[in-house]
Amino acid sequence: MSTSVDEAALAPPLPTGAPLAPEAPRSGFARFLGSDLWASFQRSKLAMGALAVTVLLFGLAFSAPWIAPQNPYDPAQLELINSNLPPLWAADGQAPFVLGTDDQGRDVLSAVLYGLRLSLIIGLLGVAVSGTLGIALGLVAGYFGGIVDAVVMRVADVQLTFPAILIALVVDGVAKAAFGGALDTNATILLIVVSIGLSFWVQYARTVRSSVMVERGKDYVQAARLIGLSSPVIMVRHVLPNVTGPVFVIATINLALAIITEATLSFLGTGLPETMPSLGTLIRTGNRFLFSGEWWIVAFPGAALAGLVLAINLLGDWLRDALNPKLQ
Amino acid sequence: MSEPILSVRDLRVAFETRRGSLPAIDGVSFDIGRGEILGVVGESGAGKSVTGSAVIGLLDPPGRIVGGEIRLGGERIDTLPPERMRRVRGRRIGMIFQDPLTSLDPLYRVGEQIVETIRTHTDLSARAARTRAIDLLAEVGIPAPERRIDGYPHEFSGGMRQRVVIALALAAEPELIIADEPTTALDVSVQAQVITLLKRLCREHGTAVMLVTHDMGVIAEAADRVAVMYSGRIAEIGPVEAVVRNPRHPYAVGLMGAIPTLTQGSGRLAQIPGAMPRLTAIPPGCAFHPRCPKVFGRCRVDRPEPIRTDAAPARTGSDPASSSPSAVACHLYDPDAADRPAPAGGEPPVAFHAEPLQVR
Amino acid sequence: MSAAAPYVEVDGLRRVFDVSKPWLNRMIERAPRQTLKAVDGVAFSIARGETFALVGESGSGKSTVARMVVGLLPPSGGEVRITGISMTDPRQAAARRRLRARIQMIFQDPYASMNPRWRVGAIVAEPIRAFDLIQGEAAIRARVGALLELVGLHPDDARKYPHAFSGGQRQRIAIARALASEAEFLVGDEPTSALDVSVQAQILNLMRDLQDRLGLTYLFISHNLAVVRHMATRVGVMYLGRLVEVGGGREIFVQPRHPYTRMLLDAVPDLAHIGRSRVPVAGEIPNPIDPPPGCTFNPRCPLANARCRSEVPELRNGVACHAAEEGRLPA
Repeated sequence: MSTSVDEAALAPPLPTGAPLAPEAPRSGFARFLGSDLWASFQRSKLAMGALAVTVLLFGLAFSAPWIAPQNPYDPAQLELINSNLPPLWAADGQAPFVLGTDDQGRDVLSAVLYGLRLSLIIGLLGVAVSGTLGIALGLVAGYFGGIVDAVVMRVADVQLTFPAILIALVVDGVAKAAFGGALDTNATILLIVVSIGLSFWVQYARTVRSSVMVERGKDYVQAARLIGLSSPVIMVRHVLPNVTGPVFVIATINLALAIITEATLSFLGTGLPETMPSLGTLIRTGNRFLFSGEWWIVAFPGAALAGLVLAINLLGDWLRDALNPKLQ
Repeated sequence: MSEPILSVRDLRVAFETRRGSLPAIDGVSFDIGRGEILGVVGESGAGKSVTGSAVIGLLDPPGRIVGGEIRLGGERIDTLPPERMRRVRGRRIGMIFQDPLTSLDPLYRVGEQIVETIRTHTDLSARAARTRAIDLLAEVGIPAPERRIDGYPHEFSGGMRQRVVIALALAAEPELIIADEPTTALDVSVQAQVITLLKRLCREHGTAVMLVTHDMGVIAEAADRVAVMYSGRIAEIGPVEAVVRNPRHPYAVGLMGAIPTLTQGSGRLAQIPGAMPRLTAIPPGCAFHPRCPKVFGRCRVDRPEPIRTDAAPARTGSDPASSSPSAVACHLYDPDAADRPAPAGGEPPVAFHAEPLQVR
Repeated sequence: MSAAAPYVEVDGLRRVFDVSKPWLNRMIERAPRQTLKAVDGVAFSIARGETFALVGESGSGKSTVARMVVGLLPPSGGEVRITGISMTDPRQAAARRRLRARIQMIFQDPYASMNPRWRVGAIVAEPIRAFDLIQGEAAIRARVGALLELVGLHPDDARKYPHAFSGGQRQRIAIARALASEAEFLVGDEPTSALDVSVQAQILNLMRDLQDRLGLTYLFISHNLAVVRHMATRVGVMYLGRLVEVGGGREIFVQPRHPYTRMLLDAVPDLAHIGRSRVPVAGEIPNPIDPPPGCTFNPRCPLANARCRSEVPELRNGVACHAAEEGRLPA
């Protein structure tokens, strides 16, 4: 016997009777504030903390050029005399190097801020590429079914048998071999973004495909077919907006994964060069000094990476639980 | 009149939500006697299923009983601890749900499920329980029960599955069966079979049945008495014949007129404007008053209590609700209301032996 | 075309679904392909301005017929012609495109039939824009407002989202959307079976009012005989993919001929049958993948004989029954 509260019965009061009294429609933001998502957010201390950390790190990263004491990409600003200084609170610490300097005399705080910015940019672009690719393929596979579906999903299955990092390494390696090391920094960033994009589209495609298969059987899609709309129009205007919920969850968790993948690539040396260090590059270079006592060179980039990834993951977990009606 | 099997007094159930405590059931009282089928009918959101769940103690959170009492064979069951209540369910109350597939475990043979129920609640031996299970299957009209008892639920058709569920509900010889939309998932031709079966079994075993459904046709054929629910309250209760043919509450009048029937031609259906209010916006006074064609001043402020409309005078000292009366919760039938217009029913209200029901 | 010609003609309509297991499973288990004849040789016609109802239990194929008539599902055989234009013939594609706007459907589940992310105004305006019927935003908005009023809603409701409406109100919106393209033929696939009775009465009354005002033609699909009795001018009774009886609305209910129609009418729980005790018909609908040979109703039919078990009866004089043809029907 079902005793679940009829959703309609709990929804806000409705004027009944045939002609409804006019009522001002609420704005998108006001609707968000009244939504279950917002209520769930307010209940979760962890989600609020994670969001605060994420927002803080995003803010720091994207204001790096204005708040960092030094431009770590500009060799002219580096003085070798300032090399290997410990953080400010240590005995030999020197202003203005709050978190110390590395062997080039580069300010670690500035390097972390710029590295954070670069990691986030690559992560966001990587998510954009993998998301776009995955959503498009999932939409097409789910909507048309048949051969298209079989081909897309078998490719996805095959790709899933390889670790994502391996795919990224292969793409990276192939491209480097093809262009023969003649890549400038922007091209390197683009290459990393593409290899991340190609490594992570499968999850989007699978999720979107199964949602699309549910949605396309619904009568509103049939109604759209009845008025003679073409399949691409129906997919984009009707189906796509209704399958985005789970995509947001994947995108959030994937952002963390993409950042880690970029850090791993850079750590392995196939990512960004030392002249334009991301968090991964910083950790790789700092790693060398760990045993000679200059721990700050690796510890602060490492902490920034860990904090960022943890915060984004917690946010993603909460979002997944909040959007999953079965867990409520 | 003997002691009723089920006696519900002033039952109130609330849903605790972010938006506050919502009254899903608000002061519902009824009795079901031995061998009697009480139909509980209403539109979605009227609270009919919630009433059933409250009786068997299976209210899902956030639903909670906040008032009133439920007695089974004179014993109060709404305050029993969960473990004791679990034994009452199954042993003394059987259940039949809408979808027979969800009430049968697909991994077990139907016989195993019936035998398990019998052995949980009686001290029959395994062999005796199996014999009894075969008898039960035969009783609910399953052909070749000694063979079918070893079948799995998916090997049965929809109608046959619902018969198995009925056998399962009867397995422990309960005093009361709660049937929630037992025919809704079935095809028309099978519905009739299930209704007939339910009626016969309840007569033979003297089981009281609470038949919850939205289908007035099913109620008309199966039930002895019917309670029409609206917004968590009983608008009208009485013998099926009287409520269907001569409804008194304006909502019941509208509801009966809105149902197309096979015999009536193709004229316009009676139409109640609007829809049932949501739990968050139940109007003050009579919950039906914004849609009521006979509304007058008092309806908007004063909540109507059930008023006896049957001719039999209530015996002094006994609870009037227990003598299966007709009652209608409408100010039109209150002899003390001076400003009321003529009531919806045929006869003038003064002809009723009207007497307020005591609802504590 | 002449006024006497029917508005909709359905001829020998067939639809077969492939319900086989996936190819790999079939290869491994050496299982043959399995097909399900959802609709088999259905023929009927609907005159302009009438309500033709198809009634039947689950698996009868009535919804499949509806989807083929509006063109959502291609038939496996047979033909649907609306105002003489074939819905399948590729040579008539251009004419069909113009016809499209005039054929609309009302679906069963008012919660699934509109895009939850669109405002009601956009939902109702979509057919107007798709068929390019009215130019200019203001004119479209005015038309949407008028349509909402026509179905008993307020023009300002256009600004709300579907979730703000009850099931009955959503079904009104669905009707407004169907009428937005100036439709003259509406196919209702169980349009009221998800609704409560008092709301069902509102929607049925609305559909009849609109028919009177706009001269609409309806194909009405329902499992609810009482609703069909109320709405239909003519009725077709379907059983396991075949049309077993066709006749005038009154005639079918007062003098049913096919044993299945009689059984169905006798089985319906109805308000008029208070406390009725009766001997219900035995048996259930067979599995449509493996229907009985001959007349598909023969295992449940009290009048079945050897011919019924081997020979499929044709629909003649409105009934597909050997017993009726041979005059074996009891009065």
